[in-house]
Amino acid sequence: MDLKLDHHTKDGIEVVDVEGEIDVYTAPRLRELLIELVNIGHYQLVVNMEKVEFLDSTGLGVLVGGLKRVRAHDGSLDLVCTQERILKIFRITGLTKVFGIHDSVDEAIAARKSEK
Amino acid sequence: MTMATVEMSFTPLPAHVRTARLVATAVARRSGVDEALLDEVRLAVGEACSRAVEAHQEHCPTEPVRVALTGTDGRFEVVVTDTAVQDAGAAAGPGGEKCGADAAGGEQPAAAAKPGRQAVPAELGLAVIEGLADDVKIARTKAGLSIRMSWPSAPAS
Repeated sequence: MDLKLDHHTKDGIEVVDVEGEIDVYTAPRLRELLIELVNIGHYQLVVNMEKVEFLDSTGLGVLVGGLKRVRAHDGSLDLVCTQERILKIFRITGLTKVFGIHDSVDEAIAARKSEK
Repeated sequence: MTMATVEMSFTPLPAHVRTARLVATAVARRSGVDEALLDEVRLAVGEACSRAVEAHQEHCPTEPVRVALTGTDGRFEVVVTDTAVQDAGAAAGPGGEKCGADAAGGEQPAAAAKPGRQAVPAELGLAVIEGLADDVKIARTKAGLSIRMSWPSAPAS
């Protein structure tokens, strides 16, 4: 399956819904969206990966790049993911320590709000 | 040398990496690899092919990436081979690689740094492969880089 991207604002945080496969072919589209959101002033991001079927290191690179961009504006990029097959690649690469990974969008937003 | 069950070569375009993943997963399943390991096969083959595609795009975009899938008794083996030769010297440009055909001494214009893997080292793909495959051998030869990965499979009945 190809990559489907959508985004909406919830409680002042921009939620990016990702569906499908994030790989070397599709990752540039996610990168462009994250850059666009930061460029228009969204620095608090939650990337919902619950419908992601595949993620490789190119996709990880895009997420890390997004995190770097929002942090430059004192922002945040949290992830929503409960799928073991996707979580595994974050664990292998040690990126579970870099991203806040949550079970739901509501939990991610609540965690972000509580840190303010 | 065992003949590969399936061999494929593809032009180094990101769109074809998904096809390579799908074929590798199908052959792995057919070769008796446990369903629980198929995700690892899919991801590791995708990483190896992505790395090869990026190297070819930078240095030899007309050369195909080659993948050999072999199911023998008790093992399923994947070999992904590229022809973008690693060069320890500085002559190869920022990527440290040049096309296999030019490796003997032809001048290669310095390629621009790729923005693709921003903020994550290019070696991450190899690290992921090593974390996923049951057995990995990475060999740099004059012809290019060869990544050999294998997983246990059910012996043929």
